[in-house]
Amino acid sequence: MTSILSPSRRAVLRTGLAATSLVAMPSILRAQGSTVKLGIIQPVTGALANDGDLGKLGAELAVQDINAAGGLKALGGAKLEIVFADSRSSPEVAAQETERLNGEGVAAIVGGFGSGLCATASQAASRYDLPYLIDVGVADQLTKRGLKNTFRFSPSFGMVTKDALARLVALNDAAGKPARTVVIVHEDGLFGSGLAKLLQAELPKLGFEILETVSHPTPARDMANVVLRIRSLQPDLVIPSNYYGEFVLLARTMQQQRVRPKGIYAILGGGASSLRFVKEFPQAAEGVMDCNHWPDPKNPLTAELRKRTEAAGRAFAYNVPMNYSAVRLMAEAIEKAGAPDRLKIIEALSTQSFASGVMPYGQSKFVEGQNTSALPLNTQVQGGDVKVIAPPDFAEAKANFPLKA
Amino acid sequence: MYAPQILIEAALNGLMTGAVYALIALGLTLVYGVLHIINFAHGALLTCAMFAVWGAFALFHVDPYWAMIGVVPLMFGAGYGLQRFVIGPASHGSDNNVLLVTLGLSIVLENALLALFRSDTRALDSDAALQVVELGPLLLSTPRVIGFLAAIAVTGVLWLVLNRTDTGRAIRAVAREKLGARLVGIEVDHVYAVTFGLGCACLAVAACLLMPTYYVNPRSGAAFVLVAFTIVVLGGMGSIAGALVGGLIIGVVESFSGLLLGDSLGQIGIFLIFILVLLVRPTGLFGARA
Repeated sequence: MTSILSPSRRAVLRTGLAATSLVAMPSILRAQGSTVKLGIIQPVTGALANDGDLGKLGAELAVQDINAAGGLKALGGAKLEIVFADSRSSPEVAAQETERLNGEGVAAIVGGFGSGLCATASQAASRYDLPYLIDVGVADQLTKRGLKNTFRFSPSFGMVTKDALARLVALNDAAGKPARTVVIVHEDGLFGSGLAKLLQAELPKLGFEILETVSHPTPARDMANVVLRIRSLQPDLVIPSNYYGEFVLLARTMQQQRVRPKGIYAILGGGASSLRFVKEFPQAAEGVMDCNHWPDPKNPLTAELRKRTEAAGRAFAYNVPMNYSAVRLMAEAIEKAGAPDRLKIIEALSTQSFASGVMPYGQSKFVEGQNTSALPLNTQVQGGDVKVIAPPDFAEAKANFPLKA
Repeated sequence: MYAPQILIEAALNGLMTGAVYALIALGLTLVYGVLHIINFAHGALLTCAMFAVWGAFALFHVDPYWAMIGVVPLMFGAGYGLQRFVIGPASHGSDNNVLLVTLGLSIVLENALLALFRSDTRALDSDAALQVVELGPLLLSTPRVIGFLAAIAVTGVLWLVLNRTDTGRAIRAVAREKLGARLVGIEVDHVYAVTFGLGCACLAVAACLLMPTYYVNPRSGAAFVLVAFTIVVLGGMGSIAGALVGGLIIGVVESFSGLLLGDSLGQIGIFLIFILVLLVRPTGLFGARA
């Protein structure tokens, strides 16, 4: 009777052996290495779907190119295989989907897009020492939580704001200081509120007067009130920080209500660095400036990526080159680690430097998770296209500022 | 403080948005007045109507205003069928059951939409959305002006239907005294279904007026229904005039609190009113004493 309930010693040994070999098996498989699984997480449905779709496309193009060029050479030509996860624009789902990616045995994760989405996803990944490379989540806090697995390829909003303000002052000085008063419009999530706080502290030191700071939710259903406020305050400059949908709504409502400040100077504004906006609403877009992620216009690969994006039926935005470059960087890190081993990849990311694809970052190097070479570019919508206007090393065109009323 | 012109414009914006809110509340209050039930599926049905308008535009390039011709009868039919063949039979004559049935219905509809359309937010991108009507120094958004006029017109038509037609008399009779109505030969089940259909038709009109400027996702109806409940409570449960006046008031309150407190906090005003009405005048502005 007891032998049924308590297994014999032999049975225990047998199961134990089987279990051990099961645990050991993945590493044996990895060593033989025909494919390495790479997790890509993007919000391809929900409020941020437009950005997520483009980010996914960028990652796919990178994997295509890497595999076409012979895969990961340091791993005997192992091919990269994407395991895709949709965070549905929701932080909770982002965490759940990260758990799933871990379950599927990915070697690392690239992506995230929104700050809130990156925050939960990278935290979930940290429980499994799963290397996580953030594409564009900009909230400063993301790399300040002591998570060893989390790295950010793009500049944080602290870095972007610093550059954006220095370039704004240069722009204003060069034009004879036409702008003095400012209204800040920001989304009320982690990204927009954090940025607004930073601007409120810094702008007055530079001689600008902030007339008002207006927040709105994402998604916002209408900008009539925001624009009414702007109209009544008549600022020289409007500084928006929000996602694509709201930025477009704001710019269009301003056009509708005939509010024409001397400049719209977005900092990480969703729309001014997206050719979809420029194509769909050329009048509202013309002259809008943005300090944002943007690929190096002088790198020939940038034009090629733009062509490939358009061939896929999409309008080009920074998400494509950003994720293209981030995936290439992660591939390089896996090669430098010598194996798709999570801890070794983290080790490589924290100690070595990497090529930055088409982004204007030179050699990327991570200090406490942040890529210290990351650099935003200033763009302006001119003649139905997005042109880089600053810094001088990357500029393709002269800034059009102040805009004629 | 803001210039008078800005305040006037905010008030007008509020009135115009409020008229569409009123239309949504109208469907809710009508069903409550006659069937004596709170229709929890109201928001999900609004979402369905909005998807119908979006679909007509995306597939056949039908202008949202013209879509009314198709969507209104469609929603009336859907409402009639739902009440006649789903809600009515499932309730077994008990109001508590109706509550649960409509709640269940809303969950089913919402998730069916989620399965069909995923959680994507969709909008109609037409330039008509940003045209303006110039009224002296004021710039009024054309879709809002159209929405306002249409909502007022529909309220008027509904009032006429209820007061000047046989169907309307039958509806009022059933609302007042169900047993008596049945005794004089009114088919109560039919009247219930017609009322529910009318409520859904109101939603269809509202959806056509909303879609030029608003977006739709499987949960977007819920936001409006919360506001509509407040309007029904403010105006008085079951009162048509109450729904209209309440809607306009709520619209203006929302617009001003949005202007003064910022859009993130704009809805606070609405819910303050909700609590105040419940405390001070639970029957609402036009409500009869229970």
